[in-house]
Amino acid sequence: MKALVWHGKEDIRCDEVTDPRIEDPRDAIIRVTSCAICGSDLHLFHNFIPGMLPGDIMGHETMGEVVETGDAMDGKLKKGDRIVVPFTIICGQCEQCKRGNFSVCETTNRKRHLAEKVFGHTTAGLFGYTHLTGGYPGGQAEYLRVPFADATHIKVPEGLSDEQVLFLSDIFPTGWQAAAQCDIEPSDTVAIWGCGPVGQMAIRSAILLGANQVIAIDCLPERLSMAEAGGATIIDFKTESVMDRLQELTDGRGPEKCIDATGMESHVMPSQPDTILDRAKQMLMLESDRPHVLREMIYLCRPGGVISIPGVYSGFSDKIPMGALMNKGLTIRTGQTHVNRWTDDLLRRIADGEIDPSFVITHTVNLEHGPEMYRLFRDKQDSCVKVVLKP
Amino acid sequence: MYYVANIMRSKGDPKIVRSGPRHIPPADRLARSLGWFSIGLGALELLAPRRITGPLGMQGDETLVRAFGLREIFSGIMSLSVDRNAGLWSRVAGDGLDAAALMSAMNRDNPKKHNVALALLMIGGIALLDYRGAQETTRRPQIGRRRLYPDRTGFPKGLAAARNSARELLSRTKTVAS
Ligand SMILES: [Zn+2]
Ligand SMILES: [Zn+2]
Repeated sequence: MKALVWHGKEDIRCDEVTDPRIEDPRDAIIRVTSCAICGSDLHLFHNFIPGMLPGDIMGHETMGEVVETGDAMDGKLKKGDRIVVPFTIICGQCEQCKRGNFSVCETTNRKRHLAEKVFGHTTAGLFGYTHLTGGYPGGQAEYLRVPFADATHIKVPEGLSDEQVLFLSDIFPTGWQAAAQCDIEPSDTVAIWGCGPVGQMAIRSAILLGANQVIAIDCLPERLSMAEAGGATIIDFKTESVMDRLQELTDGRGPEKCIDATGMESHVMPSQPDTILDRAKQMLMLESDRPHVLREMIYLCRPGGVISIPGVYSGFSDKIPMGALMNKGLTIRTGQTHVNRWTDDLLRRIADGEIDPSFVITHTVNLEHGPEMYRLFRDKQDSCVKVVLKP
Repeated sequence: MYYVANIMRSKGDPKIVRSGPRHIPPADRLARSLGWFSIGLGALELLAPRRITGPLGMQGDETLVRAFGLREIFSGIMSLSVDRNAGLWSRVAGDGLDAAALMSAMNRDNPKKHNVALALLMIGGIALLDYRGAQETTRRPQIGRRRLYPDRTGFPKGLAAARNSARELLSRTKTVAS
């Protein structure tokens, strides 16, 4: 089959690889009908996340049709079912899964010893990601083996298109969890840093969860226009002072809730010297992440507020203003997304016509053109926001 | 490397049968050559500064050459990274510093003046390459037309409806709670 394979830094190719096969009675194989490139795939593309090996198949936003199952499906999944695959692999039986903490499932990481060494504990296995999270082959491919498939799936009801449901695999529940973790109250202002796909979903989620005001921060006109369409007041950090505008929009109080939809690769620019220092340290391997957005959020968030971090961080960050964080009594909430905790509700909202996540798609191409799309998406060419690949 | 990587995989994990083409823009290729050149030259300057100062008749300037070596190495690392553009511009600036140092050696009563002139010529050539690389790797976000998405609300029933239903729901849960 064809698959997008990681060969090294900025080197992803469309390779011919062997077909996956059932390895465990709880496995299923799907024929992929749609998959997408995610912002966190770019961190892998840049080799900023440790634990990738040449030959790893990319992709964790995937859906398709079940073509084969193991014998332990327990009636939960059968050949011909159309499913979206959550990027977090879950067993559905461990204590964490039972609590709904799916992204820290204690069973599914097959390289748990690596995760235990680096993170202290294991977290869930993830598709198309580092070997710290199991090194499971990803779904930017024609076929995908889904381990623990009896639990790791979202069944698609009839009448919904691929484009409407594909993002239940990651970015929609990720944006939703980011907003849900904010415990939004009707008088709240929610400020969102980064208007990439997750930021866009977080904006819509904050609106649906009843925020009084949503403010979106980015520098790309196409992304800001999409944010505004979703109901956000926009700030262009290249031409405006984020601090001044946030003060102005909140009568000097600051936003009660802040969402970091940017993560470890904050924009580097001369007007923010800390971003240059971070980049230099990153190159010399003195720091793995560039936490500029996090610093700014801690500084600008209203005391007593919540900072929610769906953006990906990989390792170590310097100069986090702990003094401000502590004295202002801020709450930080973060985590890989507990996808299946939210998807029943979100699927209902899609079916009811409350929201249609396909608004974010700007490019749809064949899988073979995937490698070029990584560059296009990374360089933000051609007003690209979200790429869908069709195997 | 692929062999070692495959040991880390399970038996059933897909393995590469035939690799597809690798796409590297020519500008990135140039950046990579210049990056490695920078690191090589930097290492020489840092570790064996006399090999530079001797032939140029610049004895006594070893500390300066060492500092330049550090600069070269850092520019090289940057030119090899995803921020190759900044790396190449830092090389262009570095070429200026190199040229200035060589010019000062020209003015002195230097018996190895001809070597210095040769070095200046070389720096000139490399500076041209650096400049070309820096120009070509400058990101132009405008390639392709710039589209805006003012009608992509994501709410099939409209933004106002989404806001209203959310507020209704919130006030309802609030009254239930109190
Ligand atoms: Zn993702
Ligand atoms: Zn579990």
